[in-house]
Amino acid sequence: MNKINYISPDGTTTTLEARDGDSVMETAVKNGVKGIVAECGGACACATCHVYVEDAFLAAVGGANDLEDDMLDGTAAERLPNSRLSCQIKMRAELDGITVRIAPKQV
Amino acid sequence: MTAKILIIGAGQAGMQIAVSLRESEFAGDITIVGEEAYAPYQRPPLSKAYLAGDSDEESLEFRNPNFYAENRIKLVTGEKIIGAEFGENGGVATAASGKTYSFDKLALAPGSTPRKLTLEGAELDGVLYLRDLDDAKALKDRWDGAKNLVVIGGGFIGLEVAAAARKAGKTVTVLEVADRLMARAVSPITSEFYREAHERRGTSIRLGVQMTKFIGAEGRVSGVELSDGSVVPAEIVMVGIGVIARGEVAESLGLETMNGAIVVNEFAETSNPLVVAAGDAVLLPYPLGGDTQVRLESVQNAVDQAKVAAATLLGTKDAYHAVPWFWSDQAELKLQIAGLSMGYDQTVLRGNQADEHFSVLYYRDSKLIAIDAVNDVPDYMAVRRALAAGHNIPADLASDFSIALKTLINAEKA
Repeated sequence: MNKINYISPDGTTTTLEARDGDSVMETAVKNGVKGIVAECGGACACATCHVYVEDAFLAAVGGANDLEDDMLDGTAAERLPNSRLSCQIKMRAELDGITVRIAPKQV
Repeated sequence: MTAKILIIGAGQAGMQIAVSLRESEFAGDITIVGEEAYAPYQRPPLSKAYLAGDSDEESLEFRNPNFYAENRIKLVTGEKIIGAEFGENGGVATAASGKTYSFDKLALAPGSTPRKLTLEGAELDGVLYLRDLDDAKALKDRWDGAKNLVVIGGGFIGLEVAAAARKAGKTVTVLEVADRLMARAVSPITSEFYREAHERRGTSIRLGVQMTKFIGAEGRVSGVELSDGSVVPAEIVMVGIGVIARGEVAESLGLETMNGAIVVNEFAETSNPLVVAAGDAVLLPYPLGGDTQVRLESVQNAVDQAKVAAATLLGTKDAYHAVPWFWSDQAELKLQIAGLSMGYDQTVLRGNQADEHFSVLYYRDSKLIAIDAVNDVPDYMAVRRALAAGHNIPADLASDFSIALKTLINAEKA
């Protein structure tokens, strides 16, 4: 099981089941979770799927690569130490139960 | 009162119109009619992750199957609309199947179709195009069995496929009629860099060549003959020589079109007040101003123009001013473009092309108008932001690569 909890800017939580290997972005978009725009469809080209990863899963998620790191500098909402582009977080067993807060502004 | 909206075209733009209507709390009926057998899916990965085996059909889908029912979006696949009759407050569209679809307002998002290369032998198996999922499947079916791949057309799609084929160990030749790559999209500086970068990776790039026919045996392609009589062997020939706007439905409805493209204003309105249009098939005023009309064949335009079209359908006029942007992933090279460089009179090269990390800024009358960025996200993001805000980045300052562009965005209106 790969459960993901999304906390929207308005405080509501949505819990979804992800396919193994699907990204946190894809799972949100496919199920119509608002607030994750993902204009580029997961190519790490637009920085509109910005999320904040809750502390408990930060280590398991790992860090952003150089490209994502550069893209994160261009997010519409404030970049924080736990900022990630959700298209770059692929679901796997050790991330089961992850919680991400959706950035309040994407574009 | 608009209660029924019919969307013709189930691609990126058609899908976005439906999503935006619901996000704007439109409570009426939404029907999307698409010609393909599939629910709406993403096209960009077809020449990238899908071809490389890093994504599958399910991951291409925009939404889960249950999304449509949950959002009361009626999705009709495998249906081609061939015409419509208009009354004063709506009309009825007719499909090739004979079914009819009534509407109060109509949204057209028919997209585009690959330009065909009509040479002798064009019907041979293995002469392929890449636009939709069926095309991608046909390419993938033949992929493993092909040692030699020829790409005709040195544009984004062709070069992406060439890079994927080279990575898979195939012998790859790109044949281009023009004297440089991606000539419609980038300047000679960027074109020349890409020629060298692909050749470094072992792809043969042949510019300024004329193809005379496809050679084959037993119905299968085996090569491409050039005007000098030589033959480039190939078990797959991928033709990527541009797309044509699919304006035929618009024409049959009597809407204003130009060279097959649907003419719209900044609100995505067509010449018929009941009809909006968005996406690849549309000719629109350049969103960043001026009196140029452009076609923008991109995901960004499909999405942003669809949002404008949805707002117009609901009576909220929201003019289209989004910065056009494009991307192309070829081997390790991420090309990101913001703005259109047409009509530039000055360029600034930042960074080091030998390191495959640089950007080219384009200026007209000393005003920044566009960027090509290769593996250079910070420059790309800075220019996109500057263009969106109508700000300039002075060329003389930008030429110092040690200074981050974002610190140079001045508040002076460009």
